[in-house]
Amino acid sequence: MTKALKTSGRIIVDFEIPAKKPWSAFVKKGQTLRIVDTHGQQAIDTLFYCADNLQERYSAQDTLRAQVSAYISTGTKIVSSEGRTMLRVTADSCGLHDTSAGACSCESNTVRFGHETKYQHACRENFVLEATKYGLGKRDIVPNLNFFMNVPIDPQGNFTVVDGVSKPGDYIELVAEIDVLCLISNCPQINNPCNGFYPTPVQVTIFEADS
Amino acid sequence: MILTEAEKVEITAHRKRYEELKTVGQGEAPRALPPATSRDDAPIVENAIVHREIVPAGWYWTMKLDRGETLRLLNQSGKSCGALTAWNRADPSERLNHADTVKVQWAAALRKGRVILSDMGRVVFSITEDTSGAHDAITGVSNARTVLDRYGEGFRNTRDNLALAAGKIGLDRADIASVVNFFAPVSVSEDGTFRWDENKRSAGDFVDLRAELDLWVAISNCPHPMDPAKIYAPGDLVAIRYRSKPPMADDLCRTASAEAKRAFENNALYLEGTAQ
Repeated sequence: MTKALKTSGRIIVDFEIPAKKPWSAFVKKGQTLRIVDTHGQQAIDTLFYCADNLQERYSAQDTLRAQVSAYISTGTKIVSSEGRTMLRVTADSCGLHDTSAGACSCESNTVRFGHETKYQHACRENFVLEATKYGLGKRDIVPNLNFFMNVPIDPQGNFTVVDGVSKPGDYIELVAEIDVLCLISNCPQINNPCNGFYPTPVQVTIFEADS
Repeated sequence: MILTEAEKVEITAHRKRYEELKTVGQGEAPRALPPATSRDDAPIVENAIVHREIVPAGWYWTMKLDRGETLRLLNQSGKSCGALTAWNRADPSERLNHADTVKVQWAAALRKGRVILSDMGRVVFSITEDTSGAHDAITGVSNARTVLDRYGEGFRNTRDNLALAAGKIGLDRADIASVVNFFAPVSVSEDGTFRWDENKRSAGDFVDLRAELDLWVAISNCPHPMDPAKIYAPGDLVAIRYRSKPPMADDLCRTASAEAKRAFENNALYLEGTAQ
């Protein structure tokens, strides 16, 4: 699918994340991270950490407040826990991404869907395992970005995960303003519509534009 | 993508179950929640009070709160915002999680009868009384940058306050994840933008948070970053720690929804020592 997208510049990483699996890489200042929802309707749970101080990390609450709006799209600044802009969303063919609903976990699944779902694979399992590669652990896992996940919040506060609107091949691009570490969990959830109840692979590309 | 017949059957079954959970979670459960507490109601018996703290404008406080005790936050001036986070004292890697709180209850609006969850599928607080229902679990707190941009030099901010609060119990910035802002009337408009409704908070508003685990709690009393007031003057925030009555079988927060019941089942397993 990524073959259809033009990449003018040097490709640093081009990788298909299998369904339900984690992935991570550093994105350097000025480089672009492109994430492609290859099959459509696939939530891609994502966290960022500042490479020069991994304690400074993505903050969902600060990102939303900074833009005074509840959803992520072109123009969104990805803001750190200390109020620094980490990346900017520069392109988005889907137009609707979430950062209010956080990631699924075995524990929260029991509360949402019943105790019988406890032993199903979950995003926070992916995040913790991937984080340990960098000396990080569970306490470094915070509420995250959910690319291609559709979570409307209405004026009464009703909060619902509904069917995604992303089509196969939809993509989002983010340009790093500082060096960052990116962690992704290609969401394995099968109990709500965030993955169309059927998790699928996605493509990630990191590239440097021609200067 | 070609699905097998078995996969299609499974997808259909999962979707059906999700729709059933949603119908109850957004229908019967919130309709059964009581109205807001009256500001004259729910007095605290004097001999139940363990401690009363007045947190001045711009300051913070760290407190121990045992399971079964309640923290009352009182917005004495009507201009305070109580930014709060909490950790499980036995294992601070378990902490308040705003995303799980709103997602699991199908509701971004916190009010009497709702619960606040940890990242481990357990209840941290029950909201047992609440006069305003005007709280914010989504838009976070002030930091050095937002306060400098807004008010200039010389004002304290919540992010640094919470780092100090955490530092005094052996924790640090990495331990601060989600924050809930009490007395912060933020809602989401139809077009997705946030709005602030100042008329939804008043002097004398209070909220009661009953601890459901043994906790460390940190609160900060700085202006909410969306507070439109032009001057930095949040007023005193009063925090009262008191011993509350043990919950009965029909306790509102424990029975308000199927999700809350399951979260309390997780608390019970944990407290019995049969699960971690």
